[in-house]
Amino acid sequence: MSQAFTPGLQVKRSAVVRRIRELPLPGEILVKMGDKVQNGTKVAQASLPGELLILRIPEEMGIEDFEVMKNLRVKQGDTVQKGQLLCEHKGLFGLLRSQFVAPADGLIELITEKTGHVALRLASQPLSIDAYVSGEVVAVDPRKSVTIESRGTFVQGIFGIGGERQGTLMMLKVEPGKELGVDDIPADVHGRILIGGTKPSAEALQKASQGGAVGLVTGAIDDQAMVSYLGYDLGIALTGDEKVPMSLIVTEGFGKIPISRHTLELLAECDGMQASMSGATQVRAGALRPEIIVARDVPAESLHSGGDRGLCQGSSIRIIRVPYFGVYATVVELPHDAVKLDTGAFARVLKAKLADGTVVTVPRANVELV
Amino acid sequence: MTINPDSLRTVLVTDCGSTTTKALLFEKKPEGWRQTHRGEAPTTVEEPIADVTVGATNAFVEVSELSKRPLLDSAKSGDEAPFIKTGSDASRGIDLYLSTSSAGGGLQMMVTGVVKEMTTESAERAALGAGAIVMDAISADDGREDHERIERIRHLRPDIVLLTGGVDGGTRTHVIEMAEMLLAASPRPRFGDTLRLPVIYAGNKDLAGDVSSILNTIGQVKVVENVRPSLDRENLHPAREAIHDFFLTHVMSHSPGYGKLLSWTPVPIMPTPAAVGDMVLSYAHSFNKQVLCVDIGGATTDVFSVFANREGEKIFNRTVSANLGMSYSVANVLIEAGVANIARWLPYEISESDVRDRLRNKMIRPTTIPQTMEDLWLEQAVCREALRLSLHHHKLLAVGLSGVQQKRGIADIFAQKASRYELVDLMKLDVVIGSGGVLSHAPNRLGAALMMLDGFELQGLTQLTVDSIFMMPHLGVFASIHPKAAQEIFLHDCIVHIGYGLVPIYPTGSVQGTELADVFADQKKIGTVKRSFVENVELGNSELTLRIVPKHKRVDVGAGPGETLERRVRGGSLLLDGRNRPIELPADRKQQAAFQQQTFKNLGLA
Repeated sequence: MSQAFTPGLQVKRSAVVRRIRELPLPGEILVKMGDKVQNGTKVAQASLPGELLILRIPEEMGIEDFEVMKNLRVKQGDTVQKGQLLCEHKGLFGLLRSQFVAPADGLIELITEKTGHVALRLASQPLSIDAYVSGEVVAVDPRKSVTIESRGTFVQGIFGIGGERQGTLMMLKVEPGKELGVDDIPADVHGRILIGGTKPSAEALQKASQGGAVGLVTGAIDDQAMVSYLGYDLGIALTGDEKVPMSLIVTEGFGKIPISRHTLELLAECDGMQASMSGATQVRAGALRPEIIVARDVPAESLHSGGDRGLCQGSSIRIIRVPYFGVYATVVELPHDAVKLDTGAFARVLKAKLADGTVVTVPRANVELV
Repeated sequence: MTINPDSLRTVLVTDCGSTTTKALLFEKKPEGWRQTHRGEAPTTVEEPIADVTVGATNAFVEVSELSKRPLLDSAKSGDEAPFIKTGSDASRGIDLYLSTSSAGGGLQMMVTGVVKEMTTESAERAALGAGAIVMDAISADDGREDHERIERIRHLRPDIVLLTGGVDGGTRTHVIEMAEMLLAASPRPRFGDTLRLPVIYAGNKDLAGDVSSILNTIGQVKVVENVRPSLDRENLHPAREAIHDFFLTHVMSHSPGYGKLLSWTPVPIMPTPAAVGDMVLSYAHSFNKQVLCVDIGGATTDVFSVFANREGEKIFNRTVSANLGMSYSVANVLIEAGVANIARWLPYEISESDVRDRLRNKMIRPTTIPQTMEDLWLEQAVCREALRLSLHHHKLLAVGLSGVQQKRGIADIFAQKASRYELVDLMKLDVVIGSGGVLSHAPNRLGAALMMLDGFELQGLTQLTVDSIFMMPHLGVFASIHPKAAQEIFLHDCIVHIGYGLVPIYPTGSVQGTELADVFADQKKIGTVKRSFVENVELGNSELTLRIVPKHKRVDVGAGPGETLERRVRGGSLLLDGRNRPIELPADRKQQAAFQQQTFKNLGLA
């Protein structure tokens, strides 16, 4: 029987997920191997070097660089306090005295003779990172990173915005294909990750985020609602750093496609449970998809695991390009040879049966396993 | 190591791209040098494999299987080159292995200068010409506040920084300030946490010592000759050489598996775009042509050009539109061009939301392909806009410098500019080379020709070609060893000649009637260019002389207004385009669709 690899999103009731929590620079690891952590537990910390201020003393005082060098009261490596005198110029016969004082506490890191500029390094800033997922510490790279292993339900979306969030899952009382309006968002959503429906309106997104929801997982989104929510347009699928109060994950794509029934059923099992989610998406090499992780004890059984199976006869697929975009089907045949498409291009295809029994031919590149 | 090109018979070349490693076999046959076999495999520079040689070896295996020529020696292990060296049995092994690379996003640089349109631009041209992507170009006069610049520099993780500024003996303060800014930001290099940031200083030579002492704590500083020793002169070569040195010693050697790959080849690995640039330049010089080459990929669009300056010297330029592409970056084309500009190329009507959703879905599922003609036309419409925008970007940077030097005072340090002029003159352009899936693999070659005609808004008579399988990187690095053989393969196997575009130009409203120019092939009239029409005339397969006679004194077909143009051509298709420039399309969307339907029908594309 023919079989082929095709990408799919992971939708698993029971999965083992490992997440590396890495400091941007060497620091201190706060947990040890075998520790049990919650998603909000601090696992590492570091000190970010303070900002370096370039003090343009000649320009500020209206004197020449060599005059600054002659009258400087500090040297490289000195620690200074805010308000401390750095340079004093007596002016003509000592009448037009002017001074330059340190604008903040810090360390004199550099003095440039050619320009009379002084570089002042401000105090370092503390930085800490949390576990993100609940689980166990399974690896520690001293001063650098820690790996957390979480067991439970794992669902990937196709696209998201916003960074990591933790909250309680809350199923919306709507049909999978219902376009989410303001009335579909309950009044009390504080700290919740909302699940369900499709194509939320800009107003619905606003109501949910203003109500304190930390996440929304839905079927699809309209391009204009997304732009309205973000406040700007998005040119490439490289997300995760958006400064939005509520992260967003779409499981299917853009337009109006119902949230997948499999995804919905699985997340419904977790209604009311604590979950971790991230909207971070990176479509290029080293692809990263948005995710929802619910740490819980479930039998090690895979409900749907599109990402790690091959495509074969009987596979359930979703077609991801027009003219059948968003349609679910079952593979009935995988012809070996490339076939000429209506466009005139040659491509490897499959034959798939739709829900109404019709069999259609689709390029293999245009399907995903579900 | 010296390589005698005459001793070569079989050469294996790879291009390690971000997603795919493509291996090509070049062989010397009785009829000459030819590209004979091709293999490809996913690039393995990312986790979990994180060793580029694994993907490269997989590609070699495919070439070996397809060619039925044993290439790999299974007895070799470890870091040893895995190839069989061709010996007495000429049917086995290879004589030489070469490679280019753009894996891991290619060579990423940041450049700084003092004046945006002078030293910073020169720095950009040096970096781009060396095959880099310029992540940001920071200037003392770019309008940003210090803290914004510092924040931006800190956020970037460049492979290399090129610091320029000031002509020799010129400004000092601003150059030092830029070095201080870099120190304040202390950007970390992309690879190697312990590696010191490679910094090239190519500015005012009087400040080399000061800049080095400021930046020594955060970077490894290499000082080279000024990229802009005077206002009217650019000197990019030393900076480009330094970029290539750092690329090998700091970027390549720290990328996963590249240490091993470097040891397999006696020739330095070239950044992919630098190899393409060398091939384009070599072609332009050898055939005395002015050339425009585009590589439109999923994420970026590279434009290469060779145009003569006012002194007649051929000048090479390359730009990268880092966010214009056909899949990952397709939504950027949507944002920059707008729905209306994309939709104007479609022979059917479509709602704005449909265009947006379809392109957004392509962005998140970049490997999908069009299944219907409507969907294909939408992708091709996006391609036209990406070409238009990337050429516009290219024109801004591809400038000539005239020798007018203005007097400089302290107050007008930012006001002084060398006199600049656009080098790109489409009326003088001889050849366009289109590359990238949407052009190279267009189901219909005329479709590819029309995309280039529309997107670049070509003028006069221009040869239209596509790169068959994006072979130019391989040929560029091969040309560094055996230029003659590389050129032979380039002409025979790489470039697919489609035909010519003929576009008469005239001032709007200056020409009455519908006929713009008559076209004769070897004295026989074969067609007339008609206003607002695009038609195709087949020229056959042989060489012939085209004579194009304008029907009005203000119509320019490439020889000047009212002048007859005569040129030897290769045959193929001749697209007679009477839409003037900028292309005149109906304003109404419905009429635009009808207009495009007619054009597509005339060319057999619908």
